[in-house]
Amino acid sequence: MRALVRIVSWLYAIAIYGFIFLPVVVLVLFSLQATSFPIPPFTGPSLRWYDAVLADTRLTSALVNSLLVAACSSAAAVTLGFLSAWGFARFALPGSALLRGLITLPLTVSYLIIGMGLLVLFNWAGIPKSLLAAGVGHVVINLPLCFAIIYSQMGDHQINIERAARDLGAPEWKVLLLITVPVMAPAIFAGFFLSMTFSWDEFVISFLLTRFDTTLPVEIWNLLRSGLNPKTNAVGSLVFAVSIVLVVFFELMLLRRKPA
Amino acid sequence: MTAPLVDVRAVSHRFGQHTVLRNVSLQIEPGSYTILLGPSGSGKTTLLSILGGFVTPSQGKVLIRGEDCTAMPPAKRPTTTVFQDYALFPHMSVGSNVGFGLRMQGVDAATRTARARDALALVGLATAFDKKPHQLSGGQRQRVALARALVVEPAVLLLDEPLGALDLKLRRQMQDELKAIQKRVGTAFIHVTHDQEEAMALADHCVVMNAGRIEDEGPPERVYARPATHFSATFMGESTLISGTVAAAKHGTITVATQVGPLSLPGTQPAGTTVALAVRPEHLVLGATDGAVRLGMATVRDVVFQGSFKRVLAVSEKDPALHFIARVPAAAVVQPGDIVAVSCDAGDVILLAG
Repeated sequence: MRALVRIVSWLYAIAIYGFIFLPVVVLVLFSLQATSFPIPPFTGPSLRWYDAVLADTRLTSALVNSLLVAACSSAAAVTLGFLSAWGFARFALPGSALLRGLITLPLTVSYLIIGMGLLVLFNWAGIPKSLLAAGVGHVVINLPLCFAIIYSQMGDHQINIERAARDLGAPEWKVLLLITVPVMAPAIFAGFFLSMTFSWDEFVISFLLTRFDTTLPVEIWNLLRSGLNPKTNAVGSLVFAVSIVLVVFFELMLLRRKPA
Repeated sequence: MTAPLVDVRAVSHRFGQHTVLRNVSLQIEPGSYTILLGPSGSGKTTLLSILGGFVTPSQGKVLIRGEDCTAMPPAKRPTTTVFQDYALFPHMSVGSNVGFGLRMQGVDAATRTARARDALALVGLATAFDKKPHQLSGGQRQRVALARALVVEPAVLLLDEPLGALDLKLRRQMQDELKAIQKRVGTAFIHVTHDQEEAMALADHCVVMNAGRIEDEGPPERVYARPATHFSATFMGESTLISGTVAAAKHGTITVATQVGPLSLPGTQPAGTTVALAVRPEHLVLGATDGAVRLGMATVRDVVFQGSFKRVLAVSEKDPALHFIARVPAAAVVQPGDIVAVSCDAGDVILLAG
C-alpha cells in the first residue's frame, strides 16, 4: 500500500514537472534539428539553425534592442522604485497607505490595458511608436515590482545608520549614495534583474508601442507568421537562456543574506 | 563667569498629544561627564535627541558654545552621537567607518587614515582597521562607534544607553574605559542610562529625570547623600520612606509625627508641613536600640545574600505599609521571622517635601 502511494506520488510529480517543462524541452531539442521542420523524428543535433539566427540581422538587431530596452527600463524602474520606497519608509506622508496601494496597483492591471492606455496617451501627446515608448511601458509595469521588493527590505534598523551618517556631517544626497544604496544593494539588484527578466520577454506592450525597430519577442512573432521552422526554436531557446541567467542573478541577490 | 558649553533653556516637547519634556533647563560645563538618569519614559532619550539635532523641541532653546542650535540639523552642529545599536555602516571597513566624518569634512585620505588609526588606538582597537563590523564582537563595535564619533573632535559627545546591549561584566569594564577615555580627550560627554550604578560610577554631574522633568541634579555623591526629591531618593539607590507631619519646630529642631511615633530631627520646616523621611539602607541599624532616632520594631520578611552584604526587608509592627530596607554585614545573623528594633542616626535622615 505504501509502495503504491509512493509510486503514485512520483508519477504525480513527474506529470507536473513534465507539464511545466516538456514544452521547453521540446523547443530546445528541436532547435538542434538538422532538417527543416521542427517535428519528429529528431535528426540532430546540429547548430545550423543557431547559425541562421545569428546571420539574420533583423533578429540580431531585435536582440540588441531587447537588451537595450530591458537594461534602460529596468535601471529607470529600479531608480524610481528605490526613491519612492525610501520616501515612504523614511517620511510620514499624508495618506501613506493609500499612496503605497496606488503605486503597486499596476501589478494587477493587464499588460494589454497598460499598453493600450499608453498608445492612446502617446498618440494624443504626439509621441511616435518607438523603442523609447516601449521602454516607458516597461517602466510602468516594473516600477511597482521594484518598489515592492525594495520597500519590503527597508527596515527600521537602517534608520539609525542613516542618522549616524547625517550626524557625522553627510548631506542628504551623500547619505543616500554612500549609505542607503550600498546597504540596500541586494534588494536593488534583485529588483533590477527581475525587471530585466520581465522586460526581456514582454510582448504585448512592445507590440503595441513599437513600429520599425522592435524587440525580440515581437520579431519572433513576425517570424512565426511565416510558419514553424527550427530557427524559431533556436531563437526561442536563446531567449529562454537569457531569462534563466537573469532569474539566477535575481535569486542570488535576494537570497544573499548579510551576516548579522 | 564663562558661558556654559551647552545651555538648554526651558525646553518642552510634545509627540502629538503626549508631552515628553516639561520646561527642562540644563547647563553643561566643558570637559564634564554628565549622566541623564531616569526610567524609560522619563524623557531622557528625547532630551539627548534634541541635543543631537534629531528632534526639534516644541518650545525652548538649545545653545551650544553660545550659538543657538535649536533647529540646526545634526550635520551642522558640533555634537556627535554614539547610538544604542552602534549604527555602524555594515558595508564599510572599520577604518572607513571611523574615517567617515573626516571624509565628509573633506579631509584627504592619508590624514583621514592616520587620524582614524589614532582614534582606534585610543579605544584599544588598533588592529581592527581593515575588518568589517560584522567580524567584531558587541563590545568591539561599541568601541568603533565611540572612535567614529570622537575622531571629528566634537564639542559634545552624546551617548544613548551605550552600554545597554552589553553583558554585566563587559558593561562594568567598558564603563571604566569610557571614564578614562573621557578624561584623556577632555570632551564633554552626555550619557543617557537607566542604570543608577553606571550613573554613580561615571558622572561628574548627575541629572535625575522623571516624567519629563529634572527631579534632581548635581554631583552623584550629593544626589545620593541628599536627594532633592522623593523620586530621586528611590531611583538613585534605595531608601526607606516614612511620611509624617511636622508637629513642633524650634531652635533648628523639629518633631515629626509619623506612623512609628514622634521623631526629633534637625530641620527648620514650620509646624503643619507634611514631609517624607528617607533613610539609605546602609544607615538603618537593626537590633541595637541605642540609635538616636528609634523607628520601632519590625518583622524581617526577606533576607537576600548579596556577597559583601545582606539586604534585609522588614515590615514595621506599627504600620504594615511601612517597609524598611536595610543593609547589614554578610556575617550578621538575621533570618525571616525575626523581630528586630530599627533605628538610625538623626544626621542620616533625609528630609523631603511630602
